Amino acid sequence: MSRRRHSDEGDAGSQPHKRRRTSEPIEIEDRLESLICRVGEKSTSSLESNLEGLAGVLEADLPNYKGKILRILCAVARLLPEKLTVYTTLVGLLNARNYNFGGEFVEAMIRQLKETLKSNLYSEALYLVRFLNDLVNCHVIAAPSMVAMFENFVSVTQEEDIPQVRSDWYVYAVLSSLPWVGKELYEKKDVEMDRLFNQIEGYLKYRQKTHVPMLQVWTAEKPHPQEEYLDCLWAQVQKLKKDRWQERHILRPYIAFDSVLCEALQHNLPPFTPPAHSDDAVYPMPHVVFRMFDYTDAPEGPVMPGSHSVERFVIEENLHCIIKSHWRERKTCAAQLLSYPGKNKIPLNYHIVEVIFGELFQLPSPPHIDVMYTALLIELCKLQPGSLPQVLAQATEMMYMRLDTMNTICIDRLINWFSHHLSNFQFRWSWDDWADCLTQDIEKPKPKFVKEVLEKCMRLSYHQRIVDIVPPSFSALIPANPVCSYKYEEETECPLPGLAMATTVSNAIKNRASNEEILIVLKDVPNPNQDDDDDEGDGFNPLKIEVFLQTLLHLAAKSFSHSFSALAKFHEVLKNLTDSDEGKLHILRVLYEFWRNHPQMISVLVDKLIRTQIVDCAAVANWIFSPEMAHDFTRFYVWEILHSTIRKMNKHVQKIQKELDEAKEKLEKQQNKKVEKQIFLTAETLLFKPHIREHKDDMEKNSEDEEGQLEEQIERLQEKVESAQSEQKNLFLVIFQRFIMLLTEHLVRCETSGVDINTTWYKNCIERLQQIFLMHHVIIQQYMGTLENLLFTAELDHHILAVYQQFCALQL
Amino acid sequence: MSIKLNALFSDSYVDISQYRDQHFKGNRYDQEKLLKQSCTLYVGNLSFYTTEEQVHELFSKSGDVKRIIIGLDKVKKTACGFCFVEYYTRADAEHALRFINGTRLDDRIIRTDWDAGFKEGRQFGRGKSGGQVRDEYRQDYDPARGGYGKLVQKT
Repeated sequence: MSRRRHSDEGDAGSQPHKRRRTSEPIEIEDRLESLICRVGEKSTSSLESNLEGLAGVLEADLPNYKGKILRILCAVARLLPEKLTVYTTLVGLLNARNYNFGGEFVEAMIRQLKETLKSNLYSEALYLVRFLNDLVNCHVIAAPSMVAMFENFVSVTQEEDIPQVRSDWYVYAVLSSLPWVGKELYEKKDVEMDRLFNQIEGYLKYRQKTHVPMLQVWTAEKPHPQEEYLDCLWAQVQKLKKDRWQERHILRPYIAFDSVLCEALQHNLPPFTPPAHSDDAVYPMPHVVFRMFDYTDAPEGPVMPGSHSVERFVIEENLHCIIKSHWRERKTCAAQLLSYPGKNKIPLNYHIVEVIFGELFQLPSPPHIDVMYTALLIELCKLQPGSLPQVLAQATEMMYMRLDTMNTICIDRLINWFSHHLSNFQFRWSWDDWADCLTQDIEKPKPKFVKEVLEKCMRLSYHQRIVDIVPPSFSALIPANPVCSYKYEEETECPLPGLAMATTVSNAIKNRASNEEILIVLKDVPNPNQDDDDDEGDGFNPLKIEVFLQTLLHLAAKSFSHSFSALAKFHEVLKNLTDSDEGKLHILRVLYEFWRNHPQMISVLVDKLIRTQIVDCAAVANWIFSPEMAHDFTRFYVWEILHSTIRKMNKHVQKIQKELDEAKEKLEKQQNKKVEKQIFLTAETLLFKPHIREHKDDMEKNSEDEEGQLEEQIERLQEKVESAQSEQKNLFLVIFQRFIMLLTEHLVRCETSGVDINTTWYKNCIERLQQIFLMHHVIIQQYMGTLENLLFTAELDHHILAVYQQFCALQL
Repeated sequence: MSIKLNALFSDSYVDISQYRDQHFKGNRYDQEKLLKQSCTLYVGNLSFYTTEEQVHELFSKSGDVKRIIIGLDKVKKTACGFCFVEYYTRADAEHALRFINGTRLDDRIIRTDWDAGFKEGRQFGRGKSGGQVRDEYRQDYDPARGGYGKLVQKT
């Protein structure tokens, strides 16, 4: 890969001869960056000799390139946490050779830590804290000063009126560094450390954990409890402490250099006060630790470290970091994961699969786009064809077995992953192993899962393929053949009202009628809802919509493109027919009736109808919750449509907001320019430059005109933003309202007939409600006040209110 | 704040390739400029039987698809094994290059690349027989792409 620097900080726009003079240092800087970044990678020499060599090179370059070296080392500390101990050793060696450099590095790190905390970059801040801690092991930082920093961190728990997530982070920063440095800190300052532990224990005992159920992938405690992240880490640290801080997994190159490093002088960390809480601080959300394997699952070979062992924590942390560094390049990512140092002592494939699914199923959202994980798993299978596919199959089997207690959102993601994965492997799977689902009610999680997987597999291939790949016993779960249902198809005994009209419309369209001509033809369609007062016949006419849309869709049924063209061509007619809210709802009903066997087509057409403003988002929401859709209410495609609709609404608001912000910026620039111009047009200039005096009036008028136009534009955009936000708020209100109605109905019905509320339908519905909160939490947080006042009041059934309260607890 | 470390976080799947459209109206610089801001991908090595629906399903995994144009044989006006996929944002197209390029659709490894943008006429194959150029000269038998290459068929 060639890496040509087109513009560099000092280089932009410099003359050719200057470039020649400065090219040498830039080449050296590139080389330094490359040397530092690549240390620790596969090499013919040992890591120790590479570090020794690099330390020598850097020491020699310090006089000329100190600033650059400092910046690179600070960057790797922040961005390459999986190589933490390699770089702390390097810094240790440099400090031993050059005490001042060590001090400057520590200062730079502290500055960087402050900046990351102020900029809400909490995961990077965490890596910096860990790095500083490991520098204690390398004799760069004195242990007592590190303990003092920890004391300041833990004292955040004493702050009043702060969100829990703030103190959570500072406690986490302390605990998560201990696997690396616990031994050293305890040896030097056991009394202080014990005191810290007591404080932390007290804090953990009393902190709120309302948010946990909402973030768990499985609701069952067996076989693996889904623990809250701080609880799990606390258990791991306590076990480590009990084991007297013996930790054998972390690679510690500095041990080989102990004799050299011991001689080094240490620096004291300056007293560090955590930056005060501010309203625009966004702390990381809590999470639940995902576990799907334990030592019983890996049949032979090395044993998997226990769930409360600190090794487990370190391995998972490192694997997450590798994915974070390399997710954009799946081949590199897979290779890096598989070459994890210390892989021979652990069942690496199992850890990798667990970490990947942990990310994919993370609630509210995975750290990276879903499809990345599919691509990564495929690469891993390619690199380890003899072992990884088996682990993956085992994992899939396990997840199938536990579907009953898996969160619906996670099941969605599993369906998407599994079907996409299969499509890369000729859909080969031992379906017979899952024959147990055939005897269950089709709404139960297992048969439902298989049905949805087959539907998705069909979308990636075609109907006959699915028929061919499953055993005949699975026929009830095979998706419907995605053909349309044209109601005006044939002459029957009792012809449908509108049949004749449909034929007329069909012929008109085939003869290239215009929108006006079609509207004229449609005027003759009788209105079954006709009020006698409605002479004009312009009111909502369901039959008109049916006749037109069924016919149009039928003529355009061949492909997506045909249908899109048809909708575009007759946009005017459709707009006319859907003038009212009832019209909008009916067009969706007709669409569903026509394409009910082809959910994919329904999805893309609903998308087009929204984008071309034939229906609005609220209409789609109302349609989904309408009685006609109750039958499909638990089907995956319905929720894909709803969330896609909400996302479109959100993007729309964002877009206009951006236009408004840009216009405001432009006005500000304009006004600044105006002030500059006025300064230019001083009396002196006016006196001595008559031509400017003449043009002054023109210039002023032009700039006033421009300003006026901008101000008008800003006013218009402001209105547009307000109207869009109002529509957005309304959409969420509609959705929540409908959920509350549906769920309340169910709860009341169950209570009056003495039936258990926890039916399959109920679990699905309440988790779909949760999903709305989780998938769109940023937007919804803006409207919390309204939601609490209007909908999620104390009168609400506590089952429903609990969902709202758990959501609020996410950013407590 | 510290530097970004170009050395490390390469994103090579997203780079523009060496391919340049010989029929492009404009110079190399213009074409490259368009490629670097494009939201449209060329997709190749499709089966002749792969439908717009299948393409839509797969490529929607990296973001909302704005439009798909199936490549056609210039003579027969039937699918000839390539298409264009246009996204609303470049970021979504980039994800497709990172995670969908080089994976399978209809059991075939498909290839994606930046395209300067669809223009009427570009949906047709440029091979002499009406299909894609690559199907004129290839020697192998590919049942999903009309069997033998056209040259082989003629002999």
